[in-house]
Amino acid sequence: MAGLATAFGSGAMTNTIGEIEDAKAILVIGSNTTENHPVIGYRIKRAVKKGAKLIVADPRYIELCDYADSYLQLKPGTNIALLNALAHVIIKEGLADEAFIKDRTENFAALKATVEKYTPEYAAEITGVPAEEIVKAARLYAEAEVASIFYTMGITQHTTGTNNVLAVANLAMLTGNMGKPSGGVNPLRGQNNVQGACDMGALPNVFTGYQKVTDDAARAKFAKAWGVELAGKDGLTVTDMLDAAGSKDVRAMYIMGENPYLSDPDSTHVQQCMGSLDFLVVQDMFMTETAEFADVVLPAVSWAEKEGTFVNTERRVQKVNPALKPRGNAKADWQILTQLATKLGFDWEYDCAEDIFKEIAALTPSYAGVTYDRLGVMGIHWPCPDEVHPGTPILHVDKFSRGLGHFSAVEHQDPAEVPDEQYPFILTTGRILYHYHTGTMTRRSEGLKQIHNEELMELNPLDAQALGVEECDTVKVSSRRGSVKSRLKVTDRVPPGVVFMTFHFKETAANILTNSESCPTAKIPELKVCAVNVEKA
Amino acid sequence: MTKVNITLNGQAVQVESGKTVLEAAQAVGIDIPTFCHDPELSKAGACRMCVVEVAGARNLPASCTTPVTEGMVIETESDRVINARKSILKLTWAGHPQDCLTCEKTGSCKLQDYSYRYDVDGSPYKGEVKEIPLDDTNPFFFRDLNKCILCGKCVRKCHEVNGAGAIDFMYRGFGTKVTTAFDDAIEESSCVFCGMCVDICPVGALTPKQGLNQGRAWEADKVLTTCPYCGSGCTFYLHVRDDKIVGVTPNFEGPMDGHLCVKGRFGWDFVDSPDRLKTPLIKKDGEFVEATWEEAMDLIASKFEGVRAQFGADAIAGLSSARTTNEENYLFQKLLRSMGTNNVDHCARL
Ligand code: SF4
Ligand code: SF4
Ligand code: SF4
Ligand code: FES
Repeated sequence: MAGLATAFGSGAMTNTIGEIEDAKAILVIGSNTTENHPVIGYRIKRAVKKGAKLIVADPRYIELCDYADSYLQLKPGTNIALLNALAHVIIKEGLADEAFIKDRTENFAALKATVEKYTPEYAAEITGVPAEEIVKAARLYAEAEVASIFYTMGITQHTTGTNNVLAVANLAMLTGNMGKPSGGVNPLRGQNNVQGACDMGALPNVFTGYQKVTDDAARAKFAKAWGVELAGKDGLTVTDMLDAAGSKDVRAMYIMGENPYLSDPDSTHVQQCMGSLDFLVVQDMFMTETAEFADVVLPAVSWAEKEGTFVNTERRVQKVNPALKPRGNAKADWQILTQLATKLGFDWEYDCAEDIFKEIAALTPSYAGVTYDRLGVMGIHWPCPDEVHPGTPILHVDKFSRGLGHFSAVEHQDPAEVPDEQYPFILTTGRILYHYHTGTMTRRSEGLKQIHNEELMELNPLDAQALGVEECDTVKVSSRRGSVKSRLKVTDRVPPGVVFMTFHFKETAANILTNSESCPTAKIPELKVCAVNVEKA
Repeated sequence: MTKVNITLNGQAVQVESGKTVLEAAQAVGIDIPTFCHDPELSKAGACRMCVVEVAGARNLPASCTTPVTEGMVIETESDRVINARKSILKLTWAGHPQDCLTCEKTGSCKLQDYSYRYDVDGSPYKGEVKEIPLDDTNPFFFRDLNKCILCGKCVRKCHEVNGAGAIDFMYRGFGTKVTTAFDDAIEESSCVFCGMCVDICPVGALTPKQGLNQGRAWEADKVLTTCPYCGSGCTFYLHVRDDKIVGVTPNFEGPMDGHLCVKGRFGWDFVDSPDRLKTPLIKKDGEFVEATWEEAMDLIASKFEGVRAQFGADAIAGLSSARTTNEENYLFQKLLRSMGTNNVDHCARL
């Protein structure tokens, strides 16, 4: 997010899902799209059938590789070397869009100077991807009439996350693939309303619509609307919050609908931090692993029992409608928050979700024209500044949100943890088709449970042979932070030296192993790379 | 776009050239029956249910594959057309089990609806009824291929939309069926259980296991909503009867054209998982005990106020959620910020 905001002035997906099929080339990097965003995966496959060239960059041989014209099997944590090398080839071979660079961007000289040394051969050494394959991929991407890029956590969950994103943005600007249909830079949001949570200011530094808390005018506007005084310094991010709980700087926490004990890196540390709190409130549908630590647990209704809106990954605001009555005494999160605010002496009056939405629209320029009535069956893409505005499917059309697109020169940097003698494997984590996040919902679904109900850590056949283990055997996986036991899937989807686990299963909580070392700018932890040892259990 | 002039059931209509007769008719609200047609799939022209009469043409062309031409005069419900459709229905019934009484599809079955529409009550032909064993091995849907009318939509959906290509036509003649590569159970195939084949099957050959015997299609309320799982934001209709979800149908008119994956299509039953939290809980001596909302709220308010008074507002922090609504995220940050701290975030970074 921080990366795209620096490059373009907005952190959101630039184009829409509907445009995918008409792309002439697609680069998928760090996104196992067919499992994590299945319907977007369908579109990418259809684009290929319609003739698009597909480039997949991923340490694992994911399903999309079957459809790829070029597969770049890079070592985990070497994205920048690869992306810089692609830029290098594009510039060297005269495939850059000179006019676009000149008219719409700044700081190209710095990029050019930096990528100079990232020859395909140099990048091959770092990434393990053959130099010829890098050249081929660069040509496929840059020669296409219009090309789009898709990425997810495989790019962001690194200590270099923000720089990874900047390197992605560089490629799109270099080739003029911005602001036009079927192009752009498209971060796919993992959860149903990540985009909405960000838009709504559930972030330490911004109010709704990315209005900065440090901006006096913005603060004055919200202070007036809310009838309160507001603090003007950025708050703590999730990782810092937990650390601050550990150090007793944070004393009380309110956690709504999240399960950081399983979803955040280094679970043991998370547990210690939460244990140090004086007071913890957790609001959820179920007694999650995190809720177990709480002093008060508040029962929230499911999405099917309430009204509101979600924003999908392509900035489309869509309606959520109540189908069921609340179960037991559970309440909608907005009702609980309103009740608590009243207890705390704030003057909140909301009779329904729509009342809240109207307040949001009034305070948020990019949502100003959105009303419940207008959402219909199609929803509306923000920005939508007024009630006759049709919404904005494609961002940065004539100019970037920040004015000129900004190239950033970024360098490869090793992951925080690299394999060594004691921990010779790289663990990378992610999700699978049949489960979601920490499994709170999917593991309570009969069918999904029946199809898949345990971790099967992926291990390359060569490594399996060396360790003397076989499919379905149980192994002990250890990192500097802890160890878990998991059953095995022996598969060449992962290259030798790399193992893959999900974080869906509490019995084999992968985040006991992961490293909380984060990207200094985005504060996203390096969940995609940590060093582990694997032994027969 | 050039337009052509045609006459549809006596009505003069202008249509974009390149459209099919079926599309032209649909655009003006004329309903032509179809079995094998789906707007986003390649055209099969296989079932001939959609035939129409075109002045000057000797045969009855299939409207789903016939493009409009200038001056075309079309009748969609002439006697010839009706007779042709009746014969197709009768032929179909010759091999189709007549168990509408207990079939889950009753009420949303095209074979049943068209039989009603054209007054066909079975078949004069004595056909051989197939005896293919029911495939109920996967957790999501039944495959009763005895009811399959071989429209091929499931095959095309699976290949053209999903890309999984799990099923195809196999064998020939009477033995023809749509099945997996080695005629194995579906979970041995490349099927990813998106359910998109289930939702376009015109008859009761593919039936979701959820909601079995829990009501006919017309008895359920259909509530449009947005998927609670990934960020693709598929929308669909929840079918609700007696305050229970009994099924899902895609929003074919929506932005994703009705595409879904296994989680959205079949993964909603966590809603009534027996371990849902139904009342506030307060921890006393290490054990959770049930409390009223009033008690819980009083406790939280007094604790937050206490912490704020003693350690300052920044000793309070909150994690909002990428899974709750915009309205709730908005209120969450409003609450924390109103208490005087910007310590608010959510786990989207993760
Ligand atoms: S459920 Fe989806 S993947 Fe499986 S056969 Fe049907 S269309 Fe194909
Ligand atoms: S199973 Fe249904 S959709 Fe598939 S061919 Fe048979 S009738 Fe058509
Ligand atoms: S149905 Fe599947 S692809 Fe669509 S939003 Fe839900 S989880 Fe994502
Ligand atoms: S619907 Fe036209 S031939 Fe089947």
